[in-house]
Amino acid sequence: MARARTLFTRRRLGALLLLALTTLGLSAAALHLAPTPRPAQAAEQLVADLDDHLVAITAGFTGTELLLFGSIEGTGEVVVVVHGPKEDVVVRRKDRIAGVWVNRAEMTFKGVPAFYHVATSAPREALNLPDTALRRHQIGVENIRLRLAEGENPDMRQPFAEAIVRNKIRVGHYSEEAGRVEWRGGRLFRTTVLIPANVPVGTYTVETLLVQGGEVVSAQTTPLFVNKEGFGAQVFRAANMFPAYYGLAAILIAGFAGFAANWIFRKL
Amino acid sequence: MHIYLPIAEMSVNIFAILGIGAGIGVLSGIFGVGGGFLMTPVLIFIGVPSPVAVATGANQIVASSVSGAMAHWRRGNVDVKMGLMLLVGGFIGSTGGVFVFRWLQTLGQIDLVIKLSYVIFLGIIGGLMAAESLRAVLRARRPVKGGRGKLHEHNWLHGLPFKMRFRKSKLYISALLPIGVGAFVGVLSAIMGVGGGFVMVPAMIYLLGMPTTVVIGTSLFQILFVTGNATFLQATLNQTVDVVLALLLLIGGVIGAQFGTKLGAKMKGEQLRGLLAAMVLIVCGKLLFDLVLEPADLYSLTAPGGE
Repeated sequence: MARARTLFTRRRLGALLLLALTTLGLSAAALHLAPTPRPAQAAEQLVADLDDHLVAITAGFTGTELLLFGSIEGTGEVVVVVHGPKEDVVVRRKDRIAGVWVNRAEMTFKGVPAFYHVATSAPREALNLPDTALRRHQIGVENIRLRLAEGENPDMRQPFAEAIVRNKIRVGHYSEEAGRVEWRGGRLFRTTVLIPANVPVGTYTVETLLVQGGEVVSAQTTPLFVNKEGFGAQVFRAANMFPAYYGLAAILIAGFAGFAANWIFRKL
Repeated sequence: MHIYLPIAEMSVNIFAILGIGAGIGVLSGIFGVGGGFLMTPVLIFIGVPSPVAVATGANQIVASSVSGAMAHWRRGNVDVKMGLMLLVGGFIGSTGGVFVFRWLQTLGQIDLVIKLSYVIFLGIIGGLMAAESLRAVLRARRPVKGGRGKLHEHNWLHGLPFKMRFRKSKLYISALLPIGVGAFVGVLSAIMGVGGGFVMVPAMIYLLGMPTTVVIGTSLFQILFVTGNATFLQATLNQTVDVVLALLLLIGGVIGAQFGTKLGAKMKGEQLRGLLAAMVLIVCGKLLFDLVLEPADLYSLTAPGGE
């Protein structure tokens, strides 16, 4: 029971931390949205926004498409990078033992983006960006930053890191192919970001970069919130915040449903 | 029409889930089994994470055993004393089982253990049933000879201490026996998400020597409380009970069971058993095949802590 109690408190701490982080994120977002005086030149070089900053996952959610649009001053190419919330991931490799495939080696990664999408207005080679810039702005799935947890052996990293990208692509959370940023009349650009039905929840960042002559000359970050809403969200929240009451309710609901079904069919 | 399952975190077709519930309800009505041992594997096949499938399965069985337990209670077919002894074991077993479940989850081995337990149990039970119905078919062709054998024999089990008198079952046996049976079934209900009737009923008849009239009622009585305990612990420790999924399954289930009962009354016993055996073996084979076949990707991702 002692173990159970520590688990509960850890969970509660986690919830508090989450709350603190969300408030921080929200205030950061508010700072972004607030009209702050900026250097006139930088503000005019690149402007971008999303048609909606909130994706609500409701009971009937089957995915959605977000529109990102904006304009640039002068010439250049546009790169849009969408990052999902950061999460810790355990990667396990199966080995065959007595004919059965069993999880054996494992490796923990920290701060893995739960979602990743990139779109460019020109093929990546045409951007002429040096590798350092590609890595810094994490342009392309091979440049996503995947940090190993402490104590992991870095020599073993490569196949496990590749497995993260491969698995995330398979479930549609990462996209290997860069999307297209389309031009409208020379200065205006637009692109769509497909948010699949199984999208992870949390605070996303949409980074829009202006590239001129093989250099990122301007950048703008827009937040995007993906939340569970409605009945499903309440169920999820109840299950995680009040697990004991949730468990009791689950038993009562099941018991009552069985009782009611029995009664109805006896009357029929 | 799609609905988002909040705990399984996936979008599913409502009618597909209702259909699965109804299908398994029909089967459980025809064969008079709980159906948990088919429900959990089917949920795993459609992509529900195995921990959620197991915990939700236990929750759904609470609903399906309530009406059965009540009907038997009214008819006086429940040996309460025996039921309570089984329950003592059941609580110990299911509580221990849920903690083992959590431990296996952090090790990343829960999927394997769930599937392996299913392969083993479905294999044994399917095999035994197939053999039994084959023998019955053969026997039916030949004239019956000889009467019924001894109901039960005395062996070392009757030398165990803490003897108790169970009036309704007309037994004087050690309390350790029902507690042991209950504990074993409790572990199964925690790890496999089943009621465990398919193990407990034979154990009560052959091991404890209980009269068949009180076996079903008493086992349902114990299953109701043990799956309730498993549901509660899975919800508090692992957060893997999906009430939306459970509700959809049980709506389909209760309707299916009503038709199943009527259908079952029209069919022959041996044919039924053979059919059920075939189905159990198919599910077992599919699970085994998935474990042995080289997976498409050897690497898999989970959150730390296994959830």
